[in-house]
Amino acid sequence: MRADFFPQTVELLRFLPEMVLTVVGTLLMVLEPLGGQRWSKLYGHISLVGLAGALAAAVSAYSTPGPAFSGMLIADGFAAFFRVLVISVGILTVLASYRYLGREGVDTGEYHALILFSIVGQCIMVTANELIMIFIGLEISSIASYVLAGYLRDDKRANEAALKYFLLGSFATAFLLYGIAWIYGLTGSTNLTAIRTALLSHDSTASPILVAVSAALMLVGLGFKVSGAPFQIWAPDVYQGAPAPVSAFMSAGPKAAAFAVFLRIFMTAFAPIGSGWEPLVWLSALLSMTIGNFAALTQSNIKRLLAYSSIAHAGYVLVAVAARSETGTAAAMFYLAAYALMNIGAFAVIAHLSGKGERFVGVDDFAGLAVRQPFTAALLTVFLLSLIGVPLTGGFFGKFYIFKAALESHLVWLTVLGLLNSAVAAYYYLRILVVMYMHEPSEAASDAEPLGVGMKAALVLPALGTFILGIFPSALLAFASKSAVLVR
Amino acid sequence: MTLLNLVLGLPALGFFALLFVPRDKPQFVRGLAIAMALVTFIASIGLATGLRGDVAGMQFSTDVIWIPTPEIHFHVGIDGLSLWLVILSTLLTPICILISWRSIDKRVKEFYAFLLLLEFGLIGVFISLDLFLFYVFWEVSLVPMYFLIGIWGHERRIYAAVKFFLFTMAGSVLMLAAIIYLYNRAGTFDYAAILNLMAGGKLSFSPGQEMLLFLAFFVAFAIKVPLFPLHTWLPDAHVEAPTAGSVMLASVMLKMGTYGLLRYCVPLFSEAARRCAPWIIVLAIIGIIYGALVAMVQPNMKKLVAYSSVSHLGFVVLGIFSFTQLGFDGAVYQMLNHGISTGALFVLVGYLYERRHSLAIADFGGVATPAPWLSTIFLITTLASIGLPTLNNFVGEYLVLQGAAQANFRWAVFAAIGVILSACYMLWLYQRVFYGDTPEPVTDHVYDLNHREWAAILPLVAMMVWMGVYTPSFLPPITRANTAILDQSRMNVRFRVALPPAPYLSAREVPHAR
Repeated sequence: MRADFFPQTVELLRFLPEMVLTVVGTLLMVLEPLGGQRWSKLYGHISLVGLAGALAAAVSAYSTPGPAFSGMLIADGFAAFFRVLVISVGILTVLASYRYLGREGVDTGEYHALILFSIVGQCIMVTANELIMIFIGLEISSIASYVLAGYLRDDKRANEAALKYFLLGSFATAFLLYGIAWIYGLTGSTNLTAIRTALLSHDSTASPILVAVSAALMLVGLGFKVSGAPFQIWAPDVYQGAPAPVSAFMSAGPKAAAFAVFLRIFMTAFAPIGSGWEPLVWLSALLSMTIGNFAALTQSNIKRLLAYSSIAHAGYVLVAVAARSETGTAAAMFYLAAYALMNIGAFAVIAHLSGKGERFVGVDDFAGLAVRQPFTAALLTVFLLSLIGVPLTGGFFGKFYIFKAALESHLVWLTVLGLLNSAVAAYYYLRILVVMYMHEPSEAASDAEPLGVGMKAALVLPALGTFILGIFPSALLAFASKSAVLVR
Repeated sequence: MTLLNLVLGLPALGFFALLFVPRDKPQFVRGLAIAMALVTFIASIGLATGLRGDVAGMQFSTDVIWIPTPEIHFHVGIDGLSLWLVILSTLLTPICILISWRSIDKRVKEFYAFLLLLEFGLIGVFISLDLFLFYVFWEVSLVPMYFLIGIWGHERRIYAAVKFFLFTMAGSVLMLAAIIYLYNRAGTFDYAAILNLMAGGKLSFSPGQEMLLFLAFFVAFAIKVPLFPLHTWLPDAHVEAPTAGSVMLASVMLKMGTYGLLRYCVPLFSEAARRCAPWIIVLAIIGIIYGALVAMVQPNMKKLVAYSSVSHLGFVVLGIFSFTQLGFDGAVYQMLNHGISTGALFVLVGYLYERRHSLAIADFGGVATPAPWLSTIFLITTLASIGLPTLNNFVGEYLVLQGAAQANFRWAVFAAIGVILSACYMLWLYQRVFYGDTPEPVTDHVYDLNHREWAAILPLVAMMVWMGVYTPSFLPPITRANTAILDQSRMNVRFRVALPPAPYLSAREVPHAR
């Protein structure tokens, strides 16, 4: 047995967030049979405490950056950025779920445990420096998400969503795994840096065609996870069918983690064949933006509308990936953070208004919200303006930074088409603003209960974040730029 | 904290203050809003008196770093071109608050909050000297106007509001692409720094690139102006907006477009601008005549005034693209004139609407009998609008026509047709509304101006006379600013011709030109 078989303390420290989350998640599973529904509020509180602890652990792990477990994980700035992001997404999701779960009568501990486990998976994904760990993280995250999507088990749509997500997700993961197997066969390693070195070396025996196939297989798998066209078909059905807080969670956390993996694999391991995959990402970006935005134009269900919008936003991030530069990576990171905030906020408003059994999820159900609940309407306005990309919001600055990176890399056409796309997108977001402010109040708006404490926090925090990212983006941007250097 | 920052900051302060006022105190909301607007106006007068004639370049400027990388500055300042547009915005905001005093009775708090936010955005557009900052204000001003039209407008308000938003957005995203491209080439968003780089030959574009950049900016501005054939959003937006919205839209927001043309398109891409000028002028002249002809047949007063804006703004574009000193001066003067006189027309049409609850010309007639003062004021405004000497529009139109004639005599001839047509549609409107038999609904409902209405309209009438009689109060700073812009545009062309095409410089290679 080698001397360094057992991990050192510092390595454990770098793995602390995952451990905290796992322990708290397991604790919840144990408490559930003991307390049942009587302790339903408690489960939420416990998971909040756990997430806060994990957040602190993620920040402290960054104080001693470095690899862990024989280089399988790497707790660098890039990992810290995404860990903080996915954990924050978790906190906001839990805050937005309190009332919702109670209303649907499913306020169990399992829900929170699943959220925590999913976040464990995401944390591993963003920290992994090696394909097998990436795969394990992805599976942990995905399996928890599959269950969460079908959490309302008496609901037909939720069942459909879970099944669809599960079948297509497994299919896509198989592609990823197959790609991993190929690249392992070609380079003899699953370590990202080692793969890069192997691809760069002149005496490499790997056939370029086989490398390309392996990269393409992984592109398919990851393209599915980030819901980039043409692998986006699942997203609308799943986001529509899943409970609203879960849709909020899935559209922000797992997506951000999947993009982190995307960037790690393609900017590190496959950087040597960058000119080969760039056209594919270019095309996928354009397709995602166009399909997402044009399909969203005609939606009347607001969850479905936001699902298509999330496809379009994945397209914007893919533009940053296609730029293949450090600016591009930093832009993608910044945008994912801004997007997570505004999208969670928007979905949280849906969770707040939807009523029992999610009866009110039509765009028209938001009618007159500004009269009945001006504060909620104002917050949703902030999120929607950020999704449109109006200045002084994080969404605008993120978009600006993405297209700046794209123009630096001479992707002029993609920039022009992307920006025109964002003008198209304004139309469907404006529709929500129109019904909210300019129509007479509907049943949903009149019935809506006042904002609870948790929900208020889940709305105000992202709104504040959206403004901070829009007006004072420097701090986050500097951190993202610094971390982007690590991924190459 | 310069005076200019104060002028910019006060409306924003007012906006936030209004957000925290309880909604069941509409009277307090109105009082607070007008107080903020008046203080802003008084502060802005200080800009006019403080602007020095012997200093070149921007004054009252502030330049601090907002975002370090990419380097974005909060850089504001004014010259003679922006000065009067800022004052136009600050003058019209309190007037808009006054005219909405009674007519806006639902969601009062939001209305005035949006109005002050709009003022903030508009002032910001006129004083930004950093391209990114300019774009931020450009878009920010869009949002309150969207809500003003959409919430407090007339029947088809939603259609109009969405159309307005989408038209502007579609134009401005291309401008954003061009701004980013400029930054990647120049390494700075700073307006003056970019001009210096270009003047020094350190930054130059191939004719094709310059043309694309010019067009990207131009389309954004042309939609806002609006230049024929991109004007179709305007009649909808004007007709459906509440009176205050129409006034701000016509008087100030349209000037964002013409201001942008003069401030950015002409000096930055002067060669492309000159190459395109004949085509643009053809569109402008079509706009002048088409706008006037369409205005003539409108049965709706507001629509008539809206189309007259298309016609008047055509003169401004004609002046700018004549590339003469007189043309520039006339264009800027005409921007202000149009702001005053068309603003006044919308205010007066709003008064008529409040009384009769109709905008159809056919519903009126003989208004002069029950409301003689209203009729008198309307007549003065009408005469100003058609360019009667001693009133303001005459000066602007004359200068524009003179400048156009210097460049190409035929342009002036065609444009002059527009002046004649404007007399036709405006006088005909006046005749149908104010003379003839007085139908019973008019006698019953139309009353003369009250004190509040006097207070709102009198400053505008005074300005019409002042600007028409004594131009030296206004024209010298405008001329100085325009001379600088004209020189800049000539200089860039000369350098472009003298120098061989520069090799491509990436953003990293160009040192920051600060």
